Amino acid sequence: MTITDIQNKISEEFAVFDDWIDKYNLLVEMGKDLPLIDARYKTNNHLISGCQSKVWLHAAYEDGKVIFTADSDAVITRGIISLLIRMYSGQKPEDILNSDLSFLDDIGLKDQLSPNRSNGLLSMIKQMKLYAQVFKLKSDTESNH
Amino acid sequence: MFDLEAIREQFPALHQKVYNKPLVYFDNAATTHKPLAIIERISHYYRCENSNIHRGVHYLSQQATEAFEEARRFAASMINAVKAHEIIFTKGATEAINLAAHSFGRMRMKPGSSILVTAMEHHSNLVPWQQLCLEYNGKLLVTPMDELGQIDLQAYTQLLDQQPVIVAITHTSNALGTINPVKTMIRMAHDRNIPVLVDGAQAIAHTEIDVQDLDCDFFAFSAHKAYGPMGAGLLYGKEKWLEAMPPYQFGGEMVDSVSFDKTTFNVLPFKFEAGTPNVEAVLGMETALRFIRNTGYEAIATHEKELLDYATAQLSQIPGIRFFGQAPEKASVISFLIGDVHPFDLGTLLDKMGIAVRTGHHCAQTVMDFFNIPGTVRASFAVYNTTHEIDTFVAAVKKAALMLS
Repeated sequence: MTITDIQNKISEEFAVFDDWIDKYNLLVEMGKDLPLIDARYKTNNHLISGCQSKVWLHAAYEDGKVIFTADSDAVITRGIISLLIRMYSGQKPEDILNSDLSFLDDIGLKDQLSPNRSNGLLSMIKQMKLYAQVFKLKSDTESNH
Repeated sequence: MFDLEAIREQFPALHQKVYNKPLVYFDNAATTHKPLAIIERISHYYRCENSNIHRGVHYLSQQATEAFEEARRFAASMINAVKAHEIIFTKGATEAINLAAHSFGRMRMKPGSSILVTAMEHHSNLVPWQQLCLEYNGKLLVTPMDELGQIDLQAYTQLLDQQPVIVAITHTSNALGTINPVKTMIRMAHDRNIPVLVDGAQAIAHTEIDVQDLDCDFFAFSAHKAYGPMGAGLLYGKEKWLEAMPPYQFGGEMVDSVSFDKTTFNVLPFKFEAGTPNVEAVLGMETALRFIRNTGYEAIATHEKELLDYATAQLSQIPGIRFFGQAPEKASVISFLIGDVHPFDLGTLLDKMGIAVRTGHHCAQTVMDFFNIPGTVRASFAVYNTTHEIDTFVAAVKKAALMLS
């Protein structure tokens, strides 16, 4: 599935609920499906700064695709990062870099998006895109040789 | 006569909805809302009085200068300073403590000197002293606390025997609510000729401060935590210290005469007030202090104690709740966690229910480390809060805890 397909699917899942409580419950549920980071990567090196809760993120590059794993000590944060991973993990670096995130507005997470929000949603997206950028550069350099 | 409704009427920001729910504002230890009188005072300054103070010969400048100096006299009377020029206006408690650390601290520090703080300091009253110690290869001594969040006075005595050059203690802990026995601690330090700075950021809105009775050498607070505007605060210092201290910042206003070879400095308090001050915030601070005086510390304390006791009793009924900071002498601050629920999760859901609380380490990471927790949820009450709001809050906490467990 393309990133847009996945975004549409996530939007549909959230659209079922009107009440914010149900939306957050869904987010908490999503957190339970998070592809967990390997324990050996759960170190300060893999912490994303800018979050009030701890978020560990690991990225690997396999067959031209970025594979993300993560964990958090807060369940809402775990839900947010799992949603991002569902969207980005297994995608090509350039698709991640070119992705549009306006769907987050639709699913009612818009108020979580402001930069001063301590949940670190923006920091997570920035870090994921940074990994994509690095992998892209690496593969560009390799194909030039 | 304490009229809660009449007080609430004075705070326009309280009467709004967030996410379609009536706002319940329990983040008062971070900053309080402002009564109309302050909003109008600031507006009046810009409508009628705006001009640069202390310099102009013209009418407006003289009016503004007089208002500014009246604010100083009032602040002095509020905390019972002997002289108005013992009040140095700053942008807040943080700058006040930095002023003391940079000027007074440097004057006293020698290589290897020590400074004594407590285990419950806000970063503002910890990092400036720590950095000073690093600069002088000195030692930062920390008075420990117990599990209830009370200072260990026996350990304090022993640490005083190491002859620190200054003791810096918080009057009231922002993270735990503990009210420290500062008067006793000051007397103990003075018995050994050690001066004491008191961080009063969490005290000034809740309890009467008499710097002569406390006999503290320095006292710092911010206006914005006491119904006043942001960007104003003060450092009280005993005249004998302020006279002896070198300037902290240099520039306009704080000078007497300037040539390219040398500069002589202005007298107190101006020698510590370089540059154009935040005049409207200082005037707003005066109005805020008058609001507190008119409401009365006794009435404020009685009401806030009622809120604290009621909220503590209601929250205690929630299974798995843990309170951090259970000192018998406690301000209207409740720091807590429920089971394994992360404070961020709880705070996020409370926000969605219209309730503003603080989550995280509250700029007191060492306090969180002591309890070995990532942070807490903190509800802090002000004079305008109600028991009805506490009912809403407790119901919301229960609902959120259910969702998250």
